[in-house]
Amino acid sequence: MIARILSISLGAVLVENFILVKFLGICPFLGVSKKTDTAVGMGFAVIFVMGLASVFCWLVNYLLLVPLKLQYMQTVAYILVIAALVQFVEMFLQKTMPTLYQALGIYLPLITTNCAVLGVALLNTQYNYGLIESLVYGVMGGVGFTVAIFLFASVRERLEFADFPKAFEGFPIALVSAGLIALAFMGFSGLKIW
Amino acid sequence: MNIGKQFKDGLVSQNPVLVQLLGMCSTMAITTTLFNGVGMGLSVMVILTCSNIVIAALRKIIPQKIRIAAYVVVIAGFVTMVDLLIQAFVPELSKSLGVFIPLIVVNCIILGRAEAFASKNTVLASAVDGIAQGIGYTIVLVIMCVIREFLGSGTFGTGIFGVNGGGIRIIPEGYPALFLILPFGGFLTLGCLIAFVQWTANRSAEKASKGSEAAK
Repeated sequence: MIARILSISLGAVLVENFILVKFLGICPFLGVSKKTDTAVGMGFAVIFVMGLASVFCWLVNYLLLVPLKLQYMQTVAYILVIAALVQFVEMFLQKTMPTLYQALGIYLPLITTNCAVLGVALLNTQYNYGLIESLVYGVMGGVGFTVAIFLFASVRERLEFADFPKAFEGFPIALVSAGLIALAFMGFSGLKIW
Repeated sequence: MNIGKQFKDGLVSQNPVLVQLLGMCSTMAITTTLFNGVGMGLSVMVILTCSNIVIAALRKIIPQKIRIAAYVVVIAGFVTMVDLLIQAFVPELSKSLGVFIPLIVVNCIILGRAEAFASKNTVLASAVDGIAQGIGYTIVLVIMCVIREFLGSGTFGTGIFGVNGGGIRIIPEGYPALFLILPFGGFLTLGCLIAFVQWTANRSAEKASKGSEAAK
């Protein structure tokens, strides 16, 4: 079991990184990566929501949809679970941890439309993961997201002083540098042995 | 209402991917063969048009506060329909696009158009908007696919043309730059494509400003 958890974690963080290999969650990756500290804040919010979403979607799927033979409603059910979850997390944090809420504030509602969150729920179902495996995959997928967005934000802060063709200003140069980080992450594909 | 302008917006001046920068995930993830690109583009166009029509029809009934949740449910309904239809009639497409078909639910283009256009305009205008933006999205996907497939695997139209859908080979095997169909190629191609659009926009702006200076 421990070996399984380790291999899922390693896969989710490095080998099959959600952003750089699977292309899930590109919008917040490009949108909230201008500064490292906001990037890390977003990363932690995503870890939290992805972990919760994995567990709740698993429960909804195996306790509600499968017994009722409603698997074709998966997409609708999952997106509703995620939207409700984000709303509850927002209200819960506002009441209990106002400082964290202030720090994450604007990023929380954005997470509903982060495709990494819906993606992790759908992939858990596709891979037939159990409850614990789903939780591990969700949290570690979030960690992978955080690693990628942190690396990218650090690169992007330096881009301010870089000299490149005028046509590449703004988004294009960000995409090209994200591509170079993705190229570096391809080196991890050798870790697939287990 | 101006259909010509709406189409021009969707295809060029307000292109969902190249100008509004929406729907990046699918644009980079699935554009490795022409078959994927066309399939994805058409699915998004159908879903976008249908959800635009329904949301525009219900725009006076949906309460302001829960509008996003309502839009998401409408979109998810159409995505499920399209997903099941693709699974039934084009199983190869469903296999190669995988999780990205259900993920159309969170494709920002659809929610973005619902919020920015369909919630304020009539049913007919919203339908036209859906078709125009959908075509704009499909064109970008097709361009990306053609570039990446040609340079990355040396073929054209895998899954559509050729023997057993193997595509037409243009560059002999062993020579294509394989990295272009890997994730890095997705980032690079889209980056260069957006840079090209910015370059043409800059150039025409410069020309216009020079022209107005000369007129003075």
